[in-house]
Amino acid sequence: MNKLEVNNLNLFYGENHALKNISLPIPAKQVTALIGPSGCGKSTLLRTLNRMNDLVAGVTINGDVLFEGENIYSDIDVKQLRMRVGMVFQKPNPFPMSIYDNVAFGLKAQGEKDQQVIADMVEESLRGAALWDEVKERLHSPALGLSGGQQQRLCIARAIAMQPEVILMDEPTSALDPIATHKIEELMDELRKKFTIVIVTHSMNQAKRISDKTAFFWMGELVEHADTATLFQHPVDSRTRGYVSGEFG
Amino acid sequence: METASKMEMTTNVSLSPAKKIDWVEMLFHGLFFLSAMVGVVSVITIGWFVFYEGLPAFKEAGVLNIIFGKEWLPPALYGIASMIVASLASTMGAVLIGVPVAIMTAVFLAEIAPKWLANIVRPAVELLAGIPSVVYGFFGLIVIVPAIETLFNIPAGNTLLAGVIVLAIMILPTVITISETSIRALTPTYKEGALALGASHIYSIFNVLIPAAKSGIYTGVALGVARAIGETMAIIMVMGNAPAMPGSLLEPARSLTANIAMEMSYATGIHSSALYATGIVLLAFIVCLNAGLLYLNRKRGHA
Repeated sequence: MNKLEVNNLNLFYGENHALKNISLPIPAKQVTALIGPSGCGKSTLLRTLNRMNDLVAGVTINGDVLFEGENIYSDIDVKQLRMRVGMVFQKPNPFPMSIYDNVAFGLKAQGEKDQQVIADMVEESLRGAALWDEVKERLHSPALGLSGGQQQRLCIARAIAMQPEVILMDEPTSALDPIATHKIEELMDELRKKFTIVIVTHSMNQAKRISDKTAFFWMGELVEHADTATLFQHPVDSRTRGYVSGEFG
Repeated sequence: METASKMEMTTNVSLSPAKKIDWVEMLFHGLFFLSAMVGVVSVITIGWFVFYEGLPAFKEAGVLNIIFGKEWLPPALYGIASMIVASLASTMGAVLIGVPVAIMTAVFLAEIAPKWLANIVRPAVELLAGIPSVVYGFFGLIVIVPAIETLFNIPAGNTLLAGVIVLAIMILPTVITISETSIRALTPTYKEGALALGASHIYSIFNVLIPAAKSGIYTGVALGVARAIGETMAIIMVMGNAPAMPGSLLEPARSLTANIAMEMSYATGIHSSALYATGIVLLAFIVCLNAGLLYLNRKRGHA
């Protein structure tokens, strides 16, 4: 069963044809990695999946993105879509408020008033993001006082507090040191049991370590996608072969 | 061949020894220091003279009699309590009306308005900042004062309320410009993060963007308050200037600044000194305002 399905998607930034006729199935409860050189369109594609590209002026999109069979580019409530399709950004972006308020933010925005429900969900989410033990003593201190790796796990906690079905991750470890990266990757191994994950990554090793499926992008085109092992060991296209063997990109 | 020989040449250049004294460097350091001192020396000089001239009145009439005295009857009584109330009330009223309007305008310009509209509104707001206060006074006299007369059916519209409204408009550009700048200066990742959690644009504005821009907004409000409490000309023109305790917004009042400006030309002796004493009180308010701002923003700096 595909959680998300991209069908013949084209995206233009003004005149610039940034995504060219992309079709990609994203299976449920698996990790799909999007790889490719800078500017290949992988982050752009990720941002079409929760309609974050709506914020950019001058974007035109045609084609479908089906979320559980429903086209998200039809007349749907974008807020609901984003509650069900969460996102973690490249640079950790906790809000300048307390750790607790960061995790509670989405629930409060949704209109949740019951303080007990919020408190329970904050704890559950912080545990889910493997951050609880590090911050339980200082839930009400500023989130910006955390280390970079902790901040990124806080952003993951903030996302999973919405109980989404899909989590989109845009190079979530590229601003982190190797130890923090390792912790996030371990965490993703837990998250894949409950969520469908789509991750953009610059690191081919990361894609190999954590993903079930990998899709390779090149200059706005989806060159090929397959099971991760297959794509790295037996790439079909010569461009994929060149990229995964480190010849270019 | 050519590049190779060039490279060889550059490797042969040695670094020259450090100069004992770099005169140009020293000259500019001195220049920067002197410039910085102009402001500091000015503030000290102003403070010293105002205190020097004002202290005799405090000695003669007594600090409490001046600050809490309700009667201003030179040369007998020098109570400025009514003027303190007038200045504080007009400023607070202006803040209560002006600041919400200004913050909403700033949000509109930074987040909501289409570019073409922002490009019309923003220059209009900036123009407002450049209008001389005497022109605000005219505006108050021909528009606001008569409007108050008709609206509340009173004989003279020169009231505290007229002062409040004129001041509220006068502080708009300062608060708008600084608030808009501080909202725009926020990293776009705050907004993205909030929207990605399914929050609406309005919810993100009130719960992430405005709180995150708080220190800039405080600064804008403090500068607005400073402008309102220090405003003289427009206030003299619309507020009626009666040196008596205003019982309501619909009574005339005299601000601290108006008291100084209106009587300085003919006051002598203790009367003159009492006007400087009025200035001391005004300075004290400004110092408290700045201290409050420092405190608020310092707390945030640690957050």
